Amino acid sequence: MSFEIGLNTFGDVPTEGGRTFSDAETVRLLIEEAKLAESAGIDVFSVGEHYREGFVDSAGAVLLAGMATATESIKLGTSVTVLSTNDPVRLYNEFSTLDAISNGRAQLVLGRASQTQSFPLFGYDLADYEQLFEEKLELFMQLQSGMPVTWSGTVRAPLVDQTLHPTMRAGGIPTWIGVGGSPNSVIRAARYGLPLMLAIIGGEPQRFAGHVDLYYRALEQFGMPRQPVGQHALGLVADTDEEAADLWWESWKPMVEQMGKERGFYAPTRERYDLELATGALFVGSADTVAQKIARMTRELRISRFDLKYDVPGLPVGARARTIELLGTEVAPRVREILAEENVNA
Amino acid sequence: MPKPVIGILGAGKVGTVLGRLFVAAGYRVIIAGSREASRIALTVEVLVPGAEVGTSEEVARKAEVVILALPLGKYLTIPRDALRGKLVLDAMNYWWEIDGFRDDLSDPRVSTSELVQAYLPESRVLKAFNHMGYHDLDEGPRPAGAPGRKALGIAGDDAADLETTAALVDAVGFDPVTVGTLRDSINLEPGSALFGANFERQAVRDAVTAFPETERGLLVAAARADSPWVGGAA
Repeated sequence: MSFEIGLNTFGDVPTEGGRTFSDAETVRLLIEEAKLAESAGIDVFSVGEHYREGFVDSAGAVLLAGMATATESIKLGTSVTVLSTNDPVRLYNEFSTLDAISNGRAQLVLGRASQTQSFPLFGYDLADYEQLFEEKLELFMQLQSGMPVTWSGTVRAPLVDQTLHPTMRAGGIPTWIGVGGSPNSVIRAARYGLPLMLAIIGGEPQRFAGHVDLYYRALEQFGMPRQPVGQHALGLVADTDEEAADLWWESWKPMVEQMGKERGFYAPTRERYDLELATGALFVGSADTVAQKIARMTRELRISRFDLKYDVPGLPVGARARTIELLGTEVAPRVREILAEENVNA
Repeated sequence: MPKPVIGILGAGKVGTVLGRLFVAAGYRVIIAGSREASRIALTVEVLVPGAEVGTSEEVARKAEVVILALPLGKYLTIPRDALRGKLVLDAMNYWWEIDGFRDDLSDPRVSTSELVQAYLPESRVLKAFNHMGYHDLDEGPRPAGAPGRKALGIAGDDAADLETTAALVDAVGFDPVTVGTLRDSINLEPGSALFGANFERQAVRDAVTAFPETERGLLVAAARADSPWVGGAA
């Protein structure tokens, strides 16, 4: 079975020797990291979409275009594009252009976002998020069909017999639906016959096995062919488990505390964190530890793609680079080895 | 007392987890989504095997205890008449990323369960199942007396209803801890130390005791002393 390994960045601003990078330096670093990912053998490199201090991934298509000219073979995508506050027409134009620049390496994960700064920023009402996503997905998929589109709805101006240029490759670019656990979103992905990316950022990932069942059952019900399921998770790979655990904790803790303050939830303890490493959603450890954990996910969640978000604000640049290298050169081959052994034994 | 029929309004992350907990504990469970029952049939079949589906009206009518697990921002869509006389457990929270920014739902003078009670004057509303993350709820149930069993805070105004609710919490695998009246249930809401907590019984009690002296507790007390909320349905 083919298995894809990806890296995700939200453009988190790093440090080096205690000095915090400027935003512009971070942007340039991301291009370098995409190159490093390619040379390490990573399959896909994806950028998120955020609009807040400490994150520089607000213009995904521009970042990916920069990466496209600096690389040759790695696939380039998003994780996730906040479709609800994007214009599907603009998105099509950006990604058909990216696909042309990269010679067919563009892809997308579309979602409703868990960080929602783009709503007030672009003048959308959070209360409409469901309607916005639903209508815009419908329009975006129509545009990707390659046929002239006539569309009307409540979230943007109507289109009459509209064709866009540059045209997307035939059949459109790979488009995944990013889901955070809402059963409705799983069913929506199945309704469009689109592959499913599960964002699992807390608790035991195995909890999502039911969602994968639901997804397959829904695909059947809609008469759609089987589609791949992927997992997006956070983590870091270092030379030892201990080093990895301490490095990540130092930068992850203040970030989660800040998020907790904004959303009113309880801040994590080290005990809780250690549990997340052992049995939960964080993929932090040595190459072997992380590979074993990913292989477990392929069995229990039936995923065929795993994306690691490797950055967190304040993480030293060197730790990021090491994660990228180890994920590509040690974790990915080890996961494939384990899967091959299991297939032989099956 | 025979096991009451449990109704759940909301077939999302929280509703499906609670449905599984009650089915596992041997209860008859009926779940409603926000639209036609057929839209959640597959979700319930796969994620909450053993539960039934219905419309909100049907669930409210057939169930003896109804759990509110829909986005708080939609509480005015709850079938008020069908819930007359029912025990209603409010598991909802103000979550601006879903509900949008709402001054009415973030007013420190009033707990959001009081708003729900004001909208459902002929139902008996308690706060329950709201403060623990849904994945902790999913992973956490343990038999009574098991070491490390986690606790859930509940709040309400009627002693008998609190007892019933406590028995339900216990039945699905958690230690119930009464944290006060519906007015006090603000100490289970976002911004309190218990929100998102996955504590054992004593730690929940300690957090309740400590609440008035926390930043959030002081803010709530000041707002309430300043100009008390006098209630009324929205």
